[in-house]
Amino acid sequence: MIRIPGFSAARREEILLSVRPGYVALTLLLALLLNILPLSGAWLALRPDFVALALLYWGIEHPRRVGFLPAFLLGLAMDVADGSLFGQHALAYSVLMFAAIAVHRRVAMFGMRDQMLHVLGILLVCQLVVLGVRHAAGGAFPGWWYFLSSATGAAAWPFARHLIAAPLHPRTGPQDI
Amino acid sequence: MEHTPPPFFRRGPSLPARLAFFSLLSLVLLYADARFHYMEGMRRALAVILYPFQQLTDLPVEIGERVSEFFVTQSSLKRENERLRRENFVNGGLLQRQQALEAENGHLRALLDMRARVPRSVLTAEILYVARDPFTRQVVVDKGGSAGVQSGAPVIDDKGLVGQVHRVFPWLSEVSLITDREQTTPTEIVRNGLRAVVFGLGYDGALEVRFMPVNADIQTGDLLVTSGIDGVYPHGLPVAVVANIERNAAYPFAKITCTPASGVGSSQQVLVLSKGEPLPERPPAAEAGKRKKSKFRRPG
Repeated sequence: MIRIPGFSAARREEILLSVRPGYVALTLLLALLLNILPLSGAWLALRPDFVALALLYWGIEHPRRVGFLPAFLLGLAMDVADGSLFGQHALAYSVLMFAAIAVHRRVAMFGMRDQMLHVLGILLVCQLVVLGVRHAAGGAFPGWWYFLSSATGAAAWPFARHLIAAPLHPRTGPQDI
Repeated sequence: MEHTPPPFFRRGPSLPARLAFFSLLSLVLLYADARFHYMEGMRRALAVILYPFQQLTDLPVEIGERVSEFFVTQSSLKRENERLRRENFVNGGLLQRQQALEAENGHLRALLDMRARVPRSVLTAEILYVARDPFTRQVVVDKGGSAGVQSGAPVIDDKGLVGQVHRVFPWLSEVSLITDREQTTPTEIVRNGLRAVVFGLGYDGALEVRFMPVNADIQTGDLLVTSGIDGVYPHGLPVAVVANIERNAAYPFAKITCTPASGVGSSQQVLVLSKGEPLPERPPAAEAGKRKKSKFRRPG
């Protein structure tokens, strides 16, 4: 079996550098930029929700640092950028933050595959919240492809995790000392 | 969260309490936006903040277009130039005729004491991107309130009606396409002047005519143009071509599907017309109540 570094639980032994608030803000801003890329058609349907992934990362890894307020504000920004109902993403991201903080201890115990399952579940709940809101406001069901972005989001979770954590690895490993 | 933390760790309100607070806040915002449209000011302010980021994300696309423009061959340019020249020639001829007809129409209207038609100003705009909300059919164009776009103005392309300006930001505006589920367009059939209302279905490439009796004189291939009776759209813009008619005597109305005449979301450039002349005063409510209430969408 091929071992991808980081996919095993052994990675956990490394202690990451402490996180500065500026870095958290930077990752969230970059995620927002990725979300408002002018995509259309199939690319748009397959695009994972990068903001949701970044929020999930911080909610799971540093639940005391990133709370509901950034999630809520980013949700409002997404609503304006998407032209959707004002507050639907804010609600979805608040629920996402709640789920992330509630399961953060459990998720840390699992390997990457089981983490992806957790992420898939949380992203699906998020999309269901949006679907429920739009249904209440009189919108039509857009089709099953709507849930594809949750699947791609879960598939992108390992990459998102490594990308966000990449600058947080200590420069000198224990073997250098 | 099953055990209470030691008192020397300050953790603020509990997790469910925080969730409840933010959910309630977003629900209030949602309700205020969906029902009363109270949030437009706040939305506009946020859109101004987001604008530079949107420009930034558009940059790669723009650079790609520039690069591909750079590699256009001379023969294709020549061919295009030739085609455009021919089109320009034909259009010039048509325009001359139209000017004469418009002048004649104006005289005749003056003779008959009819209201003069106010000419509409035209604004070219480019479609920046398709709005990402999967529940609506909208595009975002690069002209906004600073260029004089009004909310509710009709948007057309070279082949017909594209949609209606839905929301105006300072430098951008959102256009609801005619295929949007909430978009209705008052039309008439060119062949016999029969009026019909075209409804969007919420997906690309199809429209529907509702409330048309089974025995109505409508045929496959009929062209539907805007009737102009709503005061939003000028008269005579192509909207759709009837594609399929199902006449089932078990239902009071025929099921009529049409295909849009314009390139709805696919065209790159669109024209934003200004809003038409204000309609005369509506009749008092008691009189209007007897008739069927108009359900045409009329934002702004």
